[in-house]
Amino acid sequence: MKGNEVLAEAAMRAGCRFFFGYPITPQTELAAYMAKKLPLIGGTFLQAESEIAAINMVYGAAAAGARVMTSSSSPGVSLKGEGVSYMAGADCPGVIVNVERGGPGLGGIQPSQSDYFQATRALGHGDFYMPVLAPSTVQEMADLIYDAFDLADEYRTPTMILADGMIGQMMEPVLLPPERDLDSLPNKPWATSGHAGKREHNVINSLYLSPEKLEQTNFERFERYAEIQEKHQRQELMECDDADIVVVAFGAASRIARTAVRDARAKGIKAGLLRPITLWPFPTKAIEQVIASGASKFLSVELNMGQMVQDVRLAVNGRASVDFFGRTGGVLPTPEEVLAAIEAVAAGESVCQSAEPGAVGSLLPHPQHRKSSYERGE
Amino acid sequence: MAKPDCGSVTLPDYQQERIGSQIAEGETIKSARPHALTDAIFNYCPGCTHGIVNRLVAECIDELGIEGKTVGIAPVGCSVMMYDFMNCDMIEAAHGRAPAVATGVKRVHPDNVVFAYQGDGDLASIGTAETVHAATRGEKITVIFINNAIYGMTGGQMAPTSLPNQVTQTSPYGRDVSKVGYPVRIAEMVSTLDGVAYVERVTCDSRKHIMQAKKAIKKAFQNQIDGIGYSLVEVVSTCPTNWGMTPLDAFQWLRDNMLPYYPLGVYKDVVADGFANAAEAALDRAKDCPIAQQKKEA
Ligand SMILES: Cc1ncc(C[n+]2csc(CCOP(=O)(O)OP(=O)(O)O)c2C)c(N)n1
Ligand code: SF4
Ligand SMILES: [Mg+2]
Repeated sequence: MKGNEVLAEAAMRAGCRFFFGYPITPQTELAAYMAKKLPLIGGTFLQAESEIAAINMVYGAAAAGARVMTSSSSPGVSLKGEGVSYMAGADCPGVIVNVERGGPGLGGIQPSQSDYFQATRALGHGDFYMPVLAPSTVQEMADLIYDAFDLADEYRTPTMILADGMIGQMMEPVLLPPERDLDSLPNKPWATSGHAGKREHNVINSLYLSPEKLEQTNFERFERYAEIQEKHQRQELMECDDADIVVVAFGAASRIARTAVRDARAKGIKAGLLRPITLWPFPTKAIEQVIASGASKFLSVELNMGQMVQDVRLAVNGRASVDFFGRTGGVLPTPEEVLAAIEAVAAGESVCQSAEPGAVGSLLPHPQHRKSSYERGE
Repeated sequence: MAKPDCGSVTLPDYQQERIGSQIAEGETIKSARPHALTDAIFNYCPGCTHGIVNRLVAECIDELGIEGKTVGIAPVGCSVMMYDFMNCDMIEAAHGRAPAVATGVKRVHPDNVVFAYQGDGDLASIGTAETVHAATRGEKITVIFINNAIYGMTGGQMAPTSLPNQVTQTSPYGRDVSKVGYPVRIAEMVSTLDGVAYVERVTCDSRKHIMQAKKAIKKAFQNQIDGIGYSLVEVVSTCPTNWGMTPLDAFQWLRDNMLPYYPLGVYKDVVADGFANAAEAALDRAKDCPIAQQKKEA
């Protein structure tokens, strides 16, 4: 099965019976699969008139107590920002899938990770975060979306799967999670589904005209965020025990980085891989751990112009050097290019034009790291 | 405790309980507060028709006995705090998005009665796409549309429904149709869409019109209960505050200017046209289109 189809199948197995979306490449297979399968199991697939409408349908269905999701790709996710902010503000759980493509603007349709900021920082206005899970294999597409629904319900929060066109289109063997018994899904006494004369009327709302009340509500929400940060950081560590250089990479980039780290080891470089599985909460504890075990150099490898590297720098907080290597616009680096970057960092060189945090253009790859192997004629 | 004298009205028990103690013996209650309204005091400006329509919606909910299965959606606009006023479950939605939110709720709980209560800036400008598509999908929801020809909540800017030459904060020289185009007639537009069961335009400037408005709102709810299709009631309304008029002058301005532009009446009623529901009417309209006539297997 393709990664996108696995997302759909695992979501249904997690008890999702409602899907609202709007067509966009490269998430197409997900919606197509839902359109085919959901009606057969008593679910609802609805193609909305826009991503704005789709996310607001998600908001309505979530308010009504359902397990519900939507999927899109970068330009469409921008339109969902409004609805996601309302969901966060009204504490409505739901799953949003972004099978990223290059940007900004219409960008391209090739794999990219350039929506990291949007996902982890500002998918919509206001003081809020949402859990963001980043699969790197087709198996993880299944496992993470399955978990995403539980996380969303437990903390009453929108939750994102941040995938990319590469894993979405990829075929790999997968072990699908078991079918959830719908009766075992969490109760939602707060849902607006009619009070039937049995309780006070419920209100789903994000409006607080009193500043004190709004502040208090945000404080309470951030208590929940703190708990998520404490309990739900997830990552994979490879060869990090004695690593001097730790490559940090997620999703598709981590697949390339994994090969490069192995090749670096083969060359005697003490490299390791830290692969964030949760992008928010960012795995800061794992960063602490690798610093404690002696890492002195970090290299963030991303399919963008350097976004996650900011989280790495924040977590490292000056205790080690942090460099960045990225390709963007849908260009995938080869393992050899990443290896070259690791070797450069090992030799004390920078792979950016300037490794100074905050320097203008600092994250542009150094000219010699900018060309693809194809362009270099390799 | 003295039982209040309710004139010709028989109060249900819950209302006896609620207001009985406040009524002196021998006093006559002409009109009791509907149960579907909470005790909260409306925050609308004096003379604003929002209050009348909120109440009509609540009365219809009471009379149909549907409070326990009703979910209302009020997006931003002066009625954004409607969740404080209604005793049924309520959702506050983003500007213009109520029909999409209503779609989500209705798809999850088809047996709920779901209504959206929207202003003209909301429904006819930022939410036009959501409006048109919920209607054309035949969502079995009820939409109450408050057309007061202005953005009330934000202080009186030009609305899509502001009349030609109408002075507003953002059309200080009067709405210049040669530059900003013409008002949108929603009842007319929505009534052209398949999937729509019932569209009526009403107003509430007089007792008679208020009674007609209530009848229309009730029918729009009943249609949903009966699964007939999407219903929309446009209420030609006033905004005395931002029109800069007294409530009475505002009603006169409504009669003089709004009603000629927005004529009252039924714009679509598939049942009156002899169809069982909107789907049948749509099928009939496409009777010369073979693919549209194909029967779906269950
Ligand atoms: C996305 C967005 N844009 C703008 C606003 C500001 N806003 C709040 S209410 C409103 C206009 C409401 O006018 P209308 O729908 O006609 O309702 P009324 O207040 O007249 O009843 C606007 C523009 C908003 N809340 N959200
Ligand atoms: S501003 Fe206008 S629409 Fe809003 S409450 Fe006041 S009179 Fe009513
Ligand atoms: Mg208005």
